[in-house]
Amino acid sequence: MSDNTALDRRNFMRVAGLAGAGLAVPALAQERKPESVITEVQDWARNLGDGVQAHPYGKPSDYEKHVVRRDVEWLTAGRESSVNFTPLHELDGIITPSGLCFERHHSGVANIDPAKHRLMLNGLLDRQLVFTMDDIKRFPGRINKAYFLECAANSGMEWRGAQLNGCQFTHGMVHNVWYTGIPLKTLLDEAGVKANGKWILAEGADAAGMTRSIPIEKALKDCMVAWAMNGEALRPEQGYPLRLVVPGWEGNMWVKWLRRIEVGDQPWHHREETSKYTDLLADGRSRRFTWIMDAKSIVTNPSPQAPLKHKGPNVLTGIAWSGRGSVARVDVTTDGGKNWRTARLDGPVMPLSLARFYVDIDWNGQEMLIQSRVMDSSGYVQPTKDELRKVRGVNSIYHNNGIHTWLVRANGETENVEIS
Amino acid sequence: MSKSVKVLALSALLVAALAAGAAFGQCKKKTGLGRDALSEEIAAWDRDIRPDGVGLPPGKGSVKEGEVIFQEQCAACHGEFGEGRDRWPVLAGGHGSLKSEGPEKTIGSFWPFASTTFDYIRRAMPFGNAQSLTPDQTYALTAYLLQLNDLVKEDFVLSRENFATVRLPNEANFFDDDRETSEKHFWKKNPCMTNCKAAVKITGHARVIDVTPDSKDGPKVD
Repeated sequence: MSDNTALDRRNFMRVAGLAGAGLAVPALAQERKPESVITEVQDWARNLGDGVQAHPYGKPSDYEKHVVRRDVEWLTAGRESSVNFTPLHELDGIITPSGLCFERHHSGVANIDPAKHRLMLNGLLDRQLVFTMDDIKRFPGRINKAYFLECAANSGMEWRGAQLNGCQFTHGMVHNVWYTGIPLKTLLDEAGVKANGKWILAEGADAAGMTRSIPIEKALKDCMVAWAMNGEALRPEQGYPLRLVVPGWEGNMWVKWLRRIEVGDQPWHHREETSKYTDLLADGRSRRFTWIMDAKSIVTNPSPQAPLKHKGPNVLTGIAWSGRGSVARVDVTTDGGKNWRTARLDGPVMPLSLARFYVDIDWNGQEMLIQSRVMDSSGYVQPTKDELRKVRGVNSIYHNNGIHTWLVRANGETENVEIS
Repeated sequence: MSKSVKVLALSALLVAALAAGAAFGQCKKKTGLGRDALSEEIAAWDRDIRPDGVGLPPGKGSVKEGEVIFQEQCAACHGEFGEGRDRWPVLAGGHGSLKSEGPEKTIGSFWPFASTTFDYIRRAMPFGNAQSLTPDQTYALTAYLLQLNDLVKEDFVLSRENFATVRLPNEANFFDDDRETSEKHFWKKNPCMTNCKAAVKITGHARVIDVTPDSKDGPKVD
C-alpha cells in the first residue's frame, strides 16, 4: 500500500468524523446481568428439530420472512403488467438468490410445460429449424456465466428528485445470476445465417409475445440461450424453461419464455423499442437503441430499509456494475462528495457481473451523506444525477445511473436525499 | 524420409485425428439437432410486422368497425377516446407535450411507426385475451386509433395495400444511441478524491409515499 493510500485513509476517517478516541465505553462486567439466551437452555438445544425431508425443497429460516421481493402498488395499473424489486439491502456477495430476483412481466408469468416448449429459428437462415428443450440441452459447448440483468427503468422514479425510501425500490430492478446454457451463436451457426442477416428478433411465448430486435453482432458475440440459473432450472418468473441472455444490455431484451429467433435485414421497431425503452430528451427528441447499461453503483447498507443501529464499527457495503465491461474501482464518500475513499472489492470481479464493495467505518453518530461512484474498465465514471439531468433532462424514465445519496441521521435513520 | 513416406505418415496422422474427433463428435460443424420447421408452423408463429409493411396479413378494416371493437374490448382500460383509465396506457392525444413537464407519449404524439400498433395489437391485445382478433379486426382497430389521433379521416379504411402511406408525425425525432459521443465527458481519467467541493446542501428529501416498513419508528442506536 502506498503512502498516499494511507494518507487518503486518514483523511477520510477525519472528514467522516470517525477518528475520535474513546467513542464506545464498554459496560463494566459487573453491571451486566447474564444473558438468558446463554444461561437458559433454549428449545432448539433441548428438543429434536425437523428430520430430513421435512422440507424436500428447502427455504430460508422462519426468521428471514421479511426478505422478500416487494412492489409499489401505485406504479402500475395491475400486477400482471408490473414489476417488483429485489431486496438488495438484505443480500451480500454478488449472486442474487433465484427467488429474490426482481420480476417484470408484461402479461403475467407464463406457466410452460417444457415438453410442449419449442424454439423456432426462422428468417434469413439456410435452414428454418425447430428445437425441443431436449435438443437444446444436447448441443455441444455448454457454458456457465454470471451476468447482471438490470431493467432500463431501474431508478426511473428518481429522475425528478428523491422519491422512494429504500434501495430495494430505487435500485432493486437488478439481479445477478449464474446462467447455464449455450451461446446463441451455436444455434445460429447450426441454422446458418445468410449474408444479409443483420438483425435478430427474439420472441417470448407469453401472452405479451414479448419481442426485441438485437443486432446480429451482439447475437453472435456473447448472447446465450439459458435454461438454468444458479444451478437449477430457471424460475417460471425468469422465463422457464428458456430465456435469452444479453450480457450488459437492458433487461427487457433478455426475452423470457423464449420461443423464437427470427433473422432479418433490419430492426422491427416493435412496441418495446419505440413506445417504451426509448429515452425522451429535454429537446423533445428521443434516443433509441440505448441497449448498453451505463456503469452504476449503490450503497445497500446503510440504506433506508437498513439503518445503522450501532455506533462504532460498521460495514458499509454495496454493489456496482457496468454494461461496458468490468468494475474497475468504486469510491465512497460519507461527506456528500467532498472527499472520497476507494472501497475494497471482494469476491470475483467479472465482466458484466455485479461486483461487491466494502468500506469498514467507525461511526461516531455524526450525520453522514453517503454516496458511491463506480469506474469501469472503459474509463467511464458514474455521473452525478445533476450531470445526467444536464445532458438528458428529466423525462427519460430509462437509464438513470446517477450517483445516489443516503442521509444517515444521528439516530441511524437513513433517508433518500438529493444534495447540491 | 522419402516424400511419399512423409505423405503416408501425415495421412495416418490425419486419419487418427479424424477418428478421435468423430468419437467425440467434435469435427462436425453441424450437429444435426432439431428438425426443419414446417411452413404451417412458421406461419403460426412468424406474425411480426415491420415499418415497411413486411409481415402484414391480407385484409382491411375501417375506422367505424374499429370503433365498435374498441368500445367493446379496449375502452375499459384505455378509455372511450384512448385517454387511458387509471394507469393504463393513454393511446391518443398528447400532441406537443414531449418537451413539457408531463410528456404524454401516445401513438400520435410519440410512436414513430404505425406498424408497431398493428404488431402489438396482433401479438398482445386485448389484454388477457391475446391473439383473439382477426386480421380485419386488427386493421380496423389500428385505423380507429389513427383516427383518434387525428391522423386519418372518419371514413378511412386501412389495408395491407395502403398501410405504408400512413406515417406518424414523430418519426423523425428518433435517433440512434450516441451516448459515447454526446456523453463523452463521463469518461474521466482522474475523478476528484479530496476537497472536491466546499459545501454540500441537501436539496431534496424522498417524498410521495411511505413504502418503507416501520419507517415511522426511528431505529434505535446503541
